[in-house]
Amino acid sequence: MIYRALKEADIRIISALPETWLVHLIRMADDDPEMTLVRLAKEEEGVGVSTGAHLAGVKSAMLMQNHGFLAAVNGIVSCGQLYRIPLLMLISQRGSFGERDPWQCEGGGVTEHVLEALRIPFDRLEAPDHVGKRILKAQTLAHASSRPVALLLCRDLMWEDS
Amino acid sequence: MTRLDALQAIYPELERSVVVTIMGAVAAELQSIGHRPNFFYLLHAMGLASSVGLGIALARPELPVVVLDGDGSLLMNLGTLVTVAGMAPKNYLHVVLEGKTYDTSGGQPTPNEGKVDFAGLARAAGYVRAETADDEAGLHQALSELVKADGPALLCVRVNSMWAMGSLPGRAARDIYDSVAAALATS
Repeated sequence: MIYRALKEADIRIISALPETWLVHLIRMADDDPEMTLVRLAKEEEGVGVSTGAHLAGVKSAMLMQNHGFLAAVNGIVSCGQLYRIPLLMLISQRGSFGERDPWQCEGGGVTEHVLEALRIPFDRLEAPDHVGKRILKAQTLAHASSRPVALLLCRDLMWEDS
Repeated sequence: MTRLDALQAIYPELERSVVVTIMGAVAAELQSIGHRPNFFYLLHAMGLASSVGLGIALARPELPVVVLDGDGSLLMNLGTLVTVAGMAPKNYLHVVLEGKTYDTSGGQPTPNEGKVDFAGLARAAGYVRAETADDEAGLHQALSELVKADGPALLCVRVNSMWAMGSLPGRAARDIYDSVAAALATS
């Protein structure tokens, strides 16, 4: 339903770099003839791609892990924010409550602080009942404010703990 | 050939394309030759000119896109060569003005300056064509061949990097953005 909401928000280009939780979403974008999936080598590139797409009148979004968001920070600040791009970032929030992989935890600990420091408004997607609404509201805010907006994809929504 | 000479030689090709420049000397010198509504100058975000160009090329596949990049900028986002090759936009020409220095900060050399084969890197990454030009004759020749065929193509132009003239685009980033977006909406 995340994918459906993105399409309803008129997103036609998705830039992504795979991580475990995002695999299904990326595959849906890949299989959809109406969607252009840009496979990135590094997440920061996706900020440039979205800037160019928006300049040319096409709405786009980014799918990345929170460590990927950290890798993209200069692009977000000196391109996304400088040019006032309504960049919609869907960020999988690894390293938070329930995380079992030790290497994810540093990133999980700083993601929200970095978003706040950069004054990027963010909300959480935690359960199916609010996914559609929150994605549309994020897109609305991004366009009203002409600034990047983030949605944290949380563990309860994205991952089945066995 | 100076970078300004190279930009003047390329300029007729730019008139019919959507152009994205990296910040610094390239933007200043292009603007000094003559600003056009289809020129988008990046003021910062070094490395991202090629990515912005890719976004435009994918959104508007019927418009030719020319990226005016620098070697220092390309080095910051070298993976772009693979990303662009992977998306294979036919309407994409990636020009790298290899001045071998970081001009905006005063002319310090780029790493391994003069020994990097950028056209070779592009070809190895999967660009359809890549050429290197060392002088104006070579530049005209390479450019006329590259624009005839589908991209993505890379043209590395070796230039004397002295910052010849012009000042950085003085308008605010958002003004540059708005004027180009308006031009694209009507083209």
